[in-house]
Amino acid sequence: MSRHTLSVLVEDKPGVLTRVASLFARRAFNINSLAVGPTEVPGMSRMTVVVDADGDLIEQVTKQLNKLVNVIKIVELTSESSVQRDHILVKVRADAATRLQVTHAADLFRASVVDVSTDSVVIEATGHPEKLTALLSVLEPFGIREIVQSGTLAVGRGSRSMSDRALRSA
Amino acid sequence: MSKGSPISPSLMATKSAGAPKAPERVDRPTEAGVDTAAAASPVLGPNNVVPPTVMTGSEAIVRSLEELGVDDIFGLPGGAILPTYDPLMASGMNHVLVRHEQGAGHAAQGYAMVTGRVGVCIATSGPGATNLVTAIMDAHMDSVPMVAITGQVSSGVIGTDAFQEADIVGITMPITKHSFLVTDPNEIPHVMAAAFHLASSGRPGPVLVDVAKDAQQGKMTFSWPPKIDLPGYRPVVRGHNKQVREAARLIAAASKPVLYVGGGVIKAHASAELLELAELTGAPVVTTLMARGVFPDSHPQHVGMPGMHGTVSAVTALQQSDLLITLGARFDDRVTGILKTFAPNAKVIHADIDPAEISKNRTADVPIVGSVKEIIPELTEAVRTQFEASGTPDLDSWWAFLNNLRDTYPLGWTEPEDGLVAPQRVIERIGALTGPEGIYVAGVGQHQMWAAQFIKYERPHQWLNSGGAGTMGYAVPAAMGAKVGEPDRVVWAIDGDGCFQMTNQELATCAINKIPIKVAVINNSSLGMVRQWQTLFYEGRYSNTDLNTGHDTVRIPDFVKLGEAYGCASFRCERVEDIDATIQKALEINDRPVVIDFVVSPNSMVWPMVPAGVSNDQIQVARNLTPEWEEED
Repeated sequence: MSRHTLSVLVEDKPGVLTRVASLFARRAFNINSLAVGPTEVPGMSRMTVVVDADGDLIEQVTKQLNKLVNVIKIVELTSESSVQRDHILVKVRADAATRLQVTHAADLFRASVVDVSTDSVVIEATGHPEKLTALLSVLEPFGIREIVQSGTLAVGRGSRSMSDRALRSA
Repeated sequence: MSKGSPISPSLMATKSAGAPKAPERVDRPTEAGVDTAAAASPVLGPNNVVPPTVMTGSEAIVRSLEELGVDDIFGLPGGAILPTYDPLMASGMNHVLVRHEQGAGHAAQGYAMVTGRVGVCIATSGPGATNLVTAIMDAHMDSVPMVAITGQVSSGVIGTDAFQEADIVGITMPITKHSFLVTDPNEIPHVMAAAFHLASSGRPGPVLVDVAKDAQQGKMTFSWPPKIDLPGYRPVVRGHNKQVREAARLIAAASKPVLYVGGGVIKAHASAELLELAELTGAPVVTTLMARGVFPDSHPQHVGMPGMHGTVSAVTALQQSDLLITLGARFDDRVTGILKTFAPNAKVIHADIDPAEISKNRTADVPIVGSVKEIIPELTEAVRTQFEASGTPDLDSWWAFLNNLRDTYPLGWTEPEDGLVAPQRVIERIGALTGPEGIYVAGVGQHQMWAAQFIKYERPHQWLNSGGAGTMGYAVPAAMGAKVGEPDRVVWAIDGDGCFQMTNQELATCAINKIPIKVAVINNSSLGMVRQWQTLFYEGRYSNTDLNTGHDTVRIPDFVKLGEAYGCASFRCERVEDIDATIQKALEINDRPVVIDFVVSPNSMVWPMVPAGVSNDQIQVARNLTPEWEEED
């Protein structure tokens, strides 16, 4: 199955996240990740949904999403035409003997150390999912204690705005 | 800019007219295709102007219903909706007090199905609201315009497991078109107007409005008409011209076309338009379970109902077709059988107001999003133009094939070997003696299929049933709602002995409120359709299907006594020679409901039948008897 990134502009109404999530559940669509937050327009939120689906199915996903009254607009963002980022916090075992190696690895990935204790560090990294996977595999030998990861965020390249145009036509 | 492309532009109503231009895909619905009716006012009713007036939230609910043009409401009060029932008492609207909230829901459905108007039901919070759930789900499956208003506990205690608290918005989220939770009384007018607009426009469906008790009691300023603000809701009504022309081209080129007509054509009130298209194309017409009556059964081009219990001619017409002209239908599994073997050689034109139905089950070659009310006349014009250019296709050999099937495999039944009355005969006689001006409402099961098969349907809104949901117990309350909506028509509930026992408490509602429906209980003393499957697929092991209501049983309950207890004229009919006289007697009683216990054979089965899990080519006209297809020209 192929991976698709959908940017979904929604009304910021109570229950809208539930409506989207429950739609995916009851139609047996597979969500890989979902991130939601406010936009530059008051009353509108934007979700970034990463879905695993083949051609016919992704069409059904978007059509069913469009049927939700609170969904204003959906755009599929391809990897070429958009910037896509995940955000990760990793707690890695690091004592005096290994700390330098761990922080050096983080530097190579342009990740930063945001917390240090006697036997661990917390590393914060942002990037394309593949980069974060690579970072994790480098950190793995030191001993990963905890991982917290956001859903993918994505925005189209260039100057135009998705919510801007949705508003104009509303 | 984001080079993001709008999703499947050919098929969907783009939510935003300002969506990114996709010049390589020109078949996108244009802005002109957006709901033209909405250009007037999306607020239903006469749009009276009401200057700002201070009132309570509950008064605002009642006033909104009045302004929206509501005449009839079905409901049952309780704690959390009490504030609203107080001003309702002073209103000119007719409130029918039901005996169970499920009855209110189905009554609202029946009302909506015969009138085309939004059906309204009201219940209190918690169990009152959850009792509506089955009816809401039924309305969702069959696209019935309905607004359900429920009381909710006060906003301050929502989330605390308060007495009679249920998250009904959450519970019904998957089975409503949309839902609202109102905690601020000032929201009431625009929420009510939006609910009615959503329920009745686009693909119709149920909308839930859950109103917290303190929002009903609080003061607000009412004015009318309100502004409906639904930026994400823009149903496309007009079909895309290019797609319509492409459809016409396929129709002109087809040698085995079939008009596959679904319930959407009834919802769109497009039967006249359909007749014109059908007669122009000369193509055979099949009407699905939800579409019975939208095209007259008596019309020579009507070849029957397709599906699991469809006629051989209708099922085979679809199977052998080279072009399905699909109008307001959704390729339901009961129609298609095993999907990959359904109509294997057919191209598909699919017109539907819901873009998500198109290519959901069967990929469409020509998708047309819009209302069939607008699409069918445009298609008729395009076909006329196409026929003038390329000639009218010759369908003679197609008709010879189908006529032969119709003659060889007409609908019929064999008399039961146990000597008891054939249920099919009872139903056929009810239809024959009442005629097409009557309304027929079925429950779910064998009697439903026989009612679909053996009553002649000549007009839309003549036939009501629970199609997608298959809700046993639909018939009595839905018939009640239908009779309230169309008081001058004879309304028959054709019910089973199993179904009848699920919702017959509404006979009290009918008797007390002078809603004289007629109930024919087709009493085969069992859960008949389940029993049929046990006969066919479980070696006759009748696990838990005997209801003990028929011949040589304890007859609990006695349906005649039960009807009498509810104030209904009640009869029992057990002999073939009494059928007509009993029906006539029922037709002459119009001052109270009538219940007839037609005691029939438990061994009659519904034929034809496509067994579950096989291709429609395996249709059986009787047990293990499948027609030979070699005779195809």
